[in-house]
Amino acid sequence: MNPDQRKQSVGIVTPRHFVIEEGLKLQCGQVLAPITLCYEVYGTLSKNADNAILIEHALSGDAHVAGYHSPEDAKPGWWESMVGPGKTFDTEKYFIVCSNIIGGCSGSTGPSSINPKTGKRYGMDFPLVTIADMVHAQKKLMDHLKIRKWLCVAGGSMGGMQVLRWALLYPDSLVSAIPIATSSRISPQSIAFNWVGREAIMSDPAWNGGNYEEQPDKGLAIARMLAHITYLSEESMRRKFGRKLQFSQDYSFDFDKDFSVESYLEHQGMRFVERFDANSYLYITRAIDYFDVTDKTGGDMAKGLEKMKCKCLVVSFTSDWLFPPEQSREMVRGMLKNGLDVSYCNIESSYGHDAFLLEDDTLGRLISNFLSNLETDKE
Amino acid sequence: MTTIRLNHDTTLSRRDLETIASMIPGKSRILDLGCGSGRLLKFLAQLKEAKVMGVEKEQDKVIECTGRGVPVIQADLNDGLPDFADNSYDFVILSQTLQAVKRPDLLLDEMFRVGKTGIISFINFGHCSARKQLLFGDMPETKTLPWKWYNTPNIHLATIADFRRLCTQKNIRILREIPLTQDGDPFAFLAGIWPNLFSSTCVFILEK
Repeated sequence: MNPDQRKQSVGIVTPRHFVIEEGLKLQCGQVLAPITLCYEVYGTLSKNADNAILIEHALSGDAHVAGYHSPEDAKPGWWESMVGPGKTFDTEKYFIVCSNIIGGCSGSTGPSSINPKTGKRYGMDFPLVTIADMVHAQKKLMDHLKIRKWLCVAGGSMGGMQVLRWALLYPDSLVSAIPIATSSRISPQSIAFNWVGREAIMSDPAWNGGNYEEQPDKGLAIARMLAHITYLSEESMRRKFGRKLQFSQDYSFDFDKDFSVESYLEHQGMRFVERFDANSYLYITRAIDYFDVTDKTGGDMAKGLEKMKCKCLVVSFTSDWLFPPEQSREMVRGMLKNGLDVSYCNIESSYGHDAFLLEDDTLGRLISNFLSNLETDKE
Repeated sequence: MTTIRLNHDTTLSRRDLETIASMIPGKSRILDLGCGSGRLLKFLAQLKEAKVMGVEKEQDKVIECTGRGVPVIQADLNDGLPDFADNSYDFVILSQTLQAVKRPDLLLDEMFRVGKTGIISFINFGHCSARKQLLFGDMPETKTLPWKWYNTPNIHLATIADFRRLCTQKNIRILREIPLTQDGDPFAFLAGIWPNLFSSTCVFILEK
């Protein structure tokens, strides 16, 4: 971290832990207890506790949204461009909270945590969690932090699903919601990609039914590489890599990596294995598969969103084919039918699904504008 | 004096605004198609406590609307109004946009499916300055229509008389016509008497 970066950043942050001793009865019927939530906060909670914003992370994200964990830390949090003093999620105005989801592997209770009943890691004994379960756990954290009402709950991709769940499960607990690059019911295409990813992990002998000391590197890397392709677009890949060869002027005439795009994917896969637990990948992708706000309304979108009360800003990106704009539009249509105060912006971008992390200039202006009009909605 | 810019160079004066506002009861539900940066809706939301919604194609204008606190849906009017349910608005406004969509007749149908009363401001191709240029063999370029024939977004120009005929054909009733003129137009005083010749734009209040 250089001094310039420090100036515009929340600086050094320390993750915190909150333990829900009694745990939670999960949607699958099992009780998970105790539950630890690892979270980070930035900024100061106002006297009236009315300036709190909850940010939800995506599949491979974590609670570390902004700042650095140590002065030696080379990489800031995953949404550093959006969260900090004077930025869109202005830490001088707002109190920002982000917590690691349950089922993950970044400090909150997940399959790599120790099962108190056995003294060993949960592995496949970990119960299946849903997006709703993740949100119920976050509600306990909200109460613990003495936050009356979120000014806003915002997040992209799987984070956006949590945003929608918040708005449906606790409609009186938030003033506004910003679901970004997401869907109100995951498409069969996404389910298919998740399935292939999990198959790659589970068919790696090192996975060993979920009981492993060493990660199933190969399987997890393949799952990540496959998923990574879905986060890009044909255009962004063409621009970034073209048909460039990575190491030599000519083809190697074997099956080792020749093209830049192959080296890039391999690198992404290897880096992911270092920081992400294979079992968590199984659990989280399953939670995504099960996400459907209309599962109890026979597919009726407006009915599925009926409980929602808050103001909403829905954002999609033109080249996102994993969560295509039409899926956002479908959700907007349901909200309009319910008479909700909703806005929708389909941001022009060639970055594909990843745009929600890369188009920070446009997305930043849009969200800043939206947030600046929320003040009057405070109670 | 309160004025409000609808589009390009057309400014609704306080009198015109009041005319429109007077026709809109308090707390109405208003949909503005091609709402731009949301100025008109913001005005109506404040003056009339209206429940407003805008539709806008351009991303930067959508972002501006959001900055004004005006809810907006980014969409292309050429696709109709599939996001909106039948009879979900009291008023549907269309400012100087009808001539730029692919099928003005179909958009009119959509307007009256979604809303009860239509407020359309219509660029009049029958205005005397346009007629004069056509007479001399040139495609008209006016203050309201500043483009060349090959780059104009206005692909369906028509006269006030043409528009009245389309309304009759579609059983749309014209409740009121408010002819508007450009600032400094020497014939402005004639617009009310002979709008098809002397008004550059005309606001129609319509119902089906």
